[in-house]
Amino acid sequence: MLTIKNLKVSIQGKTILKDFNLEVKSGEVHAIMGPNGTGKSTLAAVIAGRDLFDVDEGTITYMGQDLLEMEPEIRAREGIFLGFQYPVEIPGVSMANFLRTAINEKRKYLGLEPLTGAEFLKLMEDRKKLVDIQSKLTNRSVNEGFSGGEKKKNEIFQMAMIEPRLAILDETDSGLDIDALKVVANGVNKLRSPENSTIVITHYQRLLDYIIPDFVHVLYDGRIVKSGGKELAIELEEKGYEWIRKEAGVQEAF
Amino acid sequence: MQDITENISAQQRMIDLYKSNFKLIKGAEPQTITMLREKAVEIVRDQGFPDLTTENWRYTDIDPLLRSPYDFNFTNQSRPFDIEQIFTCDVYDLDTFSVTLLNGWFVYKNAPLTTLKNGTIIGSLSKALEVYPELVSKYLGTIAPMEKPGLTALNTMFFQDGLFIYVPEEVIVDKPIQIINIVNSENPLMLHPRHLIIQEPKSKLTLVHCDHSLTHNISFTNSVSEVFLAKESNLDYYKIQNKGHNSAVINGSFFSQMSASNLTSSALTLNGGFTKNIIYSLLNEPACIATHNGLYLVDSNQHVDNQLEVDHAAPECTSEQLYKGILDDEATAVFNGKIMVRRDAQKTLAYQNNKNILLTDDAKANAQPQLEIYADDVKCSHGATVGQLDPEAMFYLRSRGLNERSARQMLMYAFAAEVVRRISIQPLRERIDHMVEKRLKGELSICDQCVLHCNSKEPTVFNIDVSKL
Ligand SMILES: Nc1ncnc2c1ncn2[C@@H]1O[C@H](COP(=O)(O)OP(=O)(O)O)[C@@H](O)[C@H]1O
Ligand SMILES: [Mg+2]
Repeated sequence: MLTIKNLKVSIQGKTILKDFNLEVKSGEVHAIMGPNGTGKSTLAAVIAGRDLFDVDEGTITYMGQDLLEMEPEIRAREGIFLGFQYPVEIPGVSMANFLRTAINEKRKYLGLEPLTGAEFLKLMEDRKKLVDIQSKLTNRSVNEGFSGGEKKKNEIFQMAMIEPRLAILDETDSGLDIDALKVVANGVNKLRSPENSTIVITHYQRLLDYIIPDFVHVLYDGRIVKSGGKELAIELEEKGYEWIRKEAGVQEAF
Repeated sequence: MQDITENISAQQRMIDLYKSNFKLIKGAEPQTITMLREKAVEIVRDQGFPDLTTENWRYTDIDPLLRSPYDFNFTNQSRPFDIEQIFTCDVYDLDTFSVTLLNGWFVYKNAPLTTLKNGTIIGSLSKALEVYPELVSKYLGTIAPMEKPGLTALNTMFFQDGLFIYVPEEVIVDKPIQIINIVNSENPLMLHPRHLIIQEPKSKLTLVHCDHSLTHNISFTNSVSEVFLAKESNLDYYKIQNKGHNSAVINGSFFSQMSASNLTSSALTLNGGFTKNIIYSLLNEPACIATHNGLYLVDSNQHVDNQLEVDHAAPECTSEQLYKGILDDEATAVFNGKIMVRRDAQKTLAYQNNKNILLTDDAKANAQPQLEIYADDVKCSHGATVGQLDPEAMFYLRSRGLNERSARQMLMYAFAAEVVRRISIQPLRERIDHMVEKRLKGELSICDQCVLHCNSKEPTVFNIDVSKL
């Protein structure tokens, strides 16, 4: 589904990702872990199409197409979803209007009829239950005045509405209590299918107790320095990142 | 049509024009009004007109406007007729009492003055001067200060007609009153409409004032509105401007408030070649509330200038100014907002905010907040921003599948919504909301029959010969 080869990304001349390689197949769940500032969010943003970053080298192929050539909205309509680490507050834009426009623009792109008002409302009700989000949130402006946890739940709600093929969840677990964490995991698991893939970016092993990954990668200094199965996450939790650093032969301290 | 003679100043030409048409202008008006005009002539002679060196006029050059040749309609060229023959504004959800001014003259079907069952008088100012000379002279010219730099004195020299409203004590006018100001002329036209609104204690009124042009011809409107709000009265005042690119408007609105009265004004400039709105809001007595909202959406080379002054002359009053604008292409906007707190105006709360979004590098916004505070126990704040649409928000929307255009429109609409949401009458809010949305999508045409009626019929091209009316 997604193949990233020799990716090098920089911002204002500062290299953030280098020699980055990743292969995600249909139906797989990949976890990307690593300390702060190593480029996890940068990776997610580059896949989603944020033009703030410069892709200096490498290729990203998605469903056989050159992803880097696509505008962010085309990527979204082709099935890529980014759950933001810091969801943006947009006062004055109603959740319902925004989501309906997003869904119908995607449907139009795919050659489908737009959802009617009633169909849309029904979908909203259905997905609200799935992620246990309250109506008072979906009636408001996008993320405006939401607590940290509400913002994260809202990302999962949007994901459930949009039904992406490849979801990238950037630290959707951070700042959540255990109940909210379960809600997030539940949302992801319900949407899991042999056709869909998920990249879970996380700091802690905790979320991976609920979303069982097929692969765990450790990102350090812009590169994947170690990959393994779900046991790697447990090992990381026990030993910290220090041993990875030694193993990778990286000189800088964490 | 007046010839432009280069070596005669604009002010001298205006004075000459006034003198040669004096009899027509004056008609049978009371002596007090004629004296007011004479005083206006003196002020124009002594002070001239504002230019680029005049405070609050630095970014708005009216010299070319004043130098152009214009027609003047010194006689009312319309006869009593049914305005609906040329202009339908059957605002359906919005049940209004609607009146029309054509080229500055009050247009009526039956009578130039109507007295509603509750005693409210609505109609032509020139007729009101005839029928209620004392009432009109008591207020006319007392609320709009002619000495302040501007064109109030010029309006006072030339005005002949306009809207007159009188709301008696404790009367609540439940239907909004809508004034439709239409300019329609083959030749360039200059006009000086004058409006007077008097609200007695505890009265309540909603006024929707729409400025239109039906053709793309050149016009220069210099209007003055004087509004008196007696004790505990309440006014919700909307000014909606949707005019052609060749129209110029200087629109002076002067409000004088007595104790515990409540004023909300909303200026919505959706189109207009050259617009300067001047608001002077005087809080004479304690516990008044004055809220001034504004929204301007301008493109091409349109120019809009909002000059506001809220004058706290009494204690314990609250005022707020919120003006927001979106500028596209080479449009320019000016905001001059002043809060004056006089020495005795303790416990004043006064807020001011001006926010602009520039969609291109060529659009320009100039914000000039001014605070002048002579009392010590006050709470005042002001802020001004000029910026672009938030790139983080743009990316967020696009990452969900919205194309760039939809995302931009959604953000612009959201920006404007802060002002639109403040419109208290629901049908009017919905109508304006719809208009703003259309405007931002580039679908609002000045040929729409009425700004409040923009989604009903196909746009019609009007080309009306006024002489046939
Ligand atoms: N907009 C930006 N401008 C400048 N530097 C940035 C920007 N975004 C990220 N960076 C830098 O890129 C590096 C990686 O950041 P990020 O991808 O957010 O890391 P992570 O998500 O792993 O914590 C950091 O050093 C950060 O300072
Ligand atoms: Mg991050």
